[in-house]
Amino acid sequence: MADFTLRVNGSEKKVSVSPETPLLWVLRDTLELTGTKFGCGAGLCGACTVHVEGSPIRSCSTPVSQVAGKSITTIEGLGANGLHVLQQAWIAEEVPQCGYCQTGQIMTAAALLAKTPNPSDEQITQAMNGNLCRCGTYERIRKAIHRAAASGGAR
Amino acid sequence: MSPLNRREFVAVGVAAGAGLVVGFYLPHGGRAGKEVFSPNAYLRITPDNKVTIVVARSEMGQGVRTALPMILAEELEADWKQIEIEQAGASTLYGDQATGGSASVKTTWDPMRKAGAAAREMLISAAALTWGVPRSTCAAQEGAVLHGASKRRLSYGELVEKAATLPIPTDVPLKQSKDYKIVGQRLARVDSPSKVKGEAVFGIDFRMPGMKYAVLSRCPTIGGKALSFDDKESKKIAGVSYVGKISDAAVAVVADSVWGAMEGRRALEVSWDDGPNKDLNTAAVTDSLKRAALTDSLKRAAAKTSASLYSVGDVSKVTGRRISAEYQLPFMAHAPMEPGNCTANFQGTACEVWAPTQVPQDCRDQVAKALGLDPDQVKVNVTLMGGGFGRRLEYDYAVEAALVSKAANGPVKVIWTREDDMRFSTYRPASLHQLSAVLDGAGWPVAFTHRIVAPSISGQKGQPGPNGVDPDLPDEAAFVYGLPNVSLEYVLAETPVPLGWMRSVYALQTGFASESFIDELAASAGKDPLEYRLHMLGKDQDIHYFDTTWRTARMRGALQLAADKAGWKSALPPGHFRGIACFGCFSSYAAEVVEISMENDVPRVHRVVVAVDCGQVVNPSILEQQIQGGVIYAMSNALRAKITIEKGRVVQGNFDDYAPLRMDETPAVEVYAVPSTEAPTGIGEPSVPPLAPALCSAIYAATKKRIRALPILS
Repeated sequence: MADFTLRVNGSEKKVSVSPETPLLWVLRDTLELTGTKFGCGAGLCGACTVHVEGSPIRSCSTPVSQVAGKSITTIEGLGANGLHVLQQAWIAEEVPQCGYCQTGQIMTAAALLAKTPNPSDEQITQAMNGNLCRCGTYERIRKAIHRAAASGGAR
Repeated sequence: MSPLNRREFVAVGVAAGAGLVVGFYLPHGGRAGKEVFSPNAYLRITPDNKVTIVVARSEMGQGVRTALPMILAEELEADWKQIEIEQAGASTLYGDQATGGSASVKTTWDPMRKAGAAAREMLISAAALTWGVPRSTCAAQEGAVLHGASKRRLSYGELVEKAATLPIPTDVPLKQSKDYKIVGQRLARVDSPSKVKGEAVFGIDFRMPGMKYAVLSRCPTIGGKALSFDDKESKKIAGVSYVGKISDAAVAVVADSVWGAMEGRRALEVSWDDGPNKDLNTAAVTDSLKRAALTDSLKRAAAKTSASLYSVGDVSKVTGRRISAEYQLPFMAHAPMEPGNCTANFQGTACEVWAPTQVPQDCRDQVAKALGLDPDQVKVNVTLMGGGFGRRLEYDYAVEAALVSKAANGPVKVIWTREDDMRFSTYRPASLHQLSAVLDGAGWPVAFTHRIVAPSISGQKGQPGPNGVDPDLPDEAAFVYGLPNVSLEYVLAETPVPLGWMRSVYALQTGFASESFIDELAASAGKDPLEYRLHMLGKDQDIHYFDTTWRTARMRGALQLAADKAGWKSALPPGHFRGIACFGCFSSYAAEVVEISMENDVPRVHRVVVAVDCGQVVNPSILEQQIQGGVIYAMSNALRAKITIEKGRVVQGNFDDYAPLRMDETPAVEVYAVPSTEAPTGIGEPSVPPLAPALCSAIYAATKKRIRALPILS
């Protein structure tokens, strides 16, 4: 066990866990932020995507020791003032079916828009290809990203 | 007017301060002695004008928490904005709560409408009495009753007390579809906001004070057992509080975090007895299907392992040009995004369970059995599910959680890893299909034979049908064509590989084989595959087949709509090819046109056009979701899904070696519904079966290569 200070969604959190614990389980079990999901445990599906210093990472394969002191954003902290424009677009396009993968999808999309405010179809595919959805919502995800981009998605 | 069935009655009561409570009750047929009543739907209106509709089916993404209340709200003339949704847990008061077979809308359509209509009529009466005006001068509208002449209005909340004292209507008028205001609208799903915010509570997210986490070490060999275990190293892992055998084949590791439990399992040493299947492999499974097919028909009849499913005319007497082919499909895994999990809290004479389940009542009964309790000592709460696809028609995770909670003496959440999900699933049955047809001089089929060789899912679970026929299979093997000579036959081939119901169940296999073979016949006759099918449908007729009357006119409508929307006869870009297929299952009709090009022998799907006839559409947006989802799921199945067995163990483990489609491989899916006012039928699964044969038809058009075994990219 070791003590770590994490900066999660703008506030400091002290946790005492074994250093190799994946960030995913620290977020879910220790900090009770369950919007970040467990899908594969191997960085293959993207359900566990969060931002570390603004970049999307797979929290299931990232030991907590690697992100100590870094700024972490989860789905719960994405829309700092109400819903993020992507979350609004996700609702407007009725993207979620089961919804399980969608928080990871939105986090990946948010990182894309932050860098590329008006992504092409190809750029969307490239950015989103690591996120699996078994309900087959890809088409509506693409529409929602375009919608968010059109409404000023980089905010 | 649609009179209430005499066996139904409406129970009305005012619980202390609860307002008007209306539920439809159907006497439970199966129990002698005292009467047991089961509400099909449940409605609660309180004086503060809250309208609560209880959903007694499970939400796994298919939209039941939105669609089912829409049906009741329509007849109630409710204001949709005032509706609150409540999820029912397992109960003896509800009918069968199993959520599957694309049946939720279909089976609750009448009860939900009648429940809403009865409440509406009582609220109108209450208003008429309050105002002292004739009932006929009052009308219900958007959650209130209006008196047109005096422009007076009372909200439902204001009327509940009086309404609750009124006699129960026995004959309620149901609305005409042309008057629908809610049904048929693209209303927003009630669950979207919480799902995009990360606030939705799936089974894996549920937590309670004192809850610990468990992962299980299960015998990797099918049918094997745990002989002994050494937990010395496990117990050195921080947070591990319990290690113990909870069944013949599983050892549980309990810790205060998921990671601790996983680490504890990694450190655990279990000695396994591999059991009788240690040499089983995929080739042996294929052989057993072939052997079953070759077994003499008299022997099969004596052993009750085969049966005719359907027979018209006499295929044996038809002469002409005969064409035969064999098709084969592998085991497949559901792989929902949320791995298996369940939380249980055993407390001596009671157990409460929080389960992401399609079968809350099975969970209740099986947990009770495993713990030696009565079913009424077990409470099952239904959480959201991160996908179901049939995997959550099993109750294994609930029983595990209950047993671990008992053993570890406290609330426990059992979590499966992705590898657990892949290797300890219940798989779509592998199958073999022998088809033959006789063509007349013009190349049209006059006889069609399909022999389905497959293990029985229900049979393996101890509930076989007559002559070994899986009880669900007949309805998933319909042949909706008007040929004069047809024979459909089932041959049972047993397997030790655990079997389960996976999205569209046997319809995927039978549809792939049957529709692909029809494409072969059309090609052999040199005819267009659309024209060939239209000819095979024949004159408009009803085909009575097990529980369903299929109408060839409706299939023709779906097929023609798909072809028209796809521009079947129109020119394609260079290098692009089309394929087509149609299939009827879960009482609905679906036709699909797939457009592809070939890139290095790999099909790239550019466009899928789907047309369905599923009767009245309740919510077109949810319908699109279900069909787009069904098509993408079916494409994953067709292109790559394959579970193989080596040395009695499932080989695949995660999304690298069992790889569903990602965004770069998926096309736009266009969805069209044949306008209809028929009662609604299934939509979660019917888009699955036509995809693989339509895709393979396009591949044939492109390459002249016939694909007779899935997956395509094997």
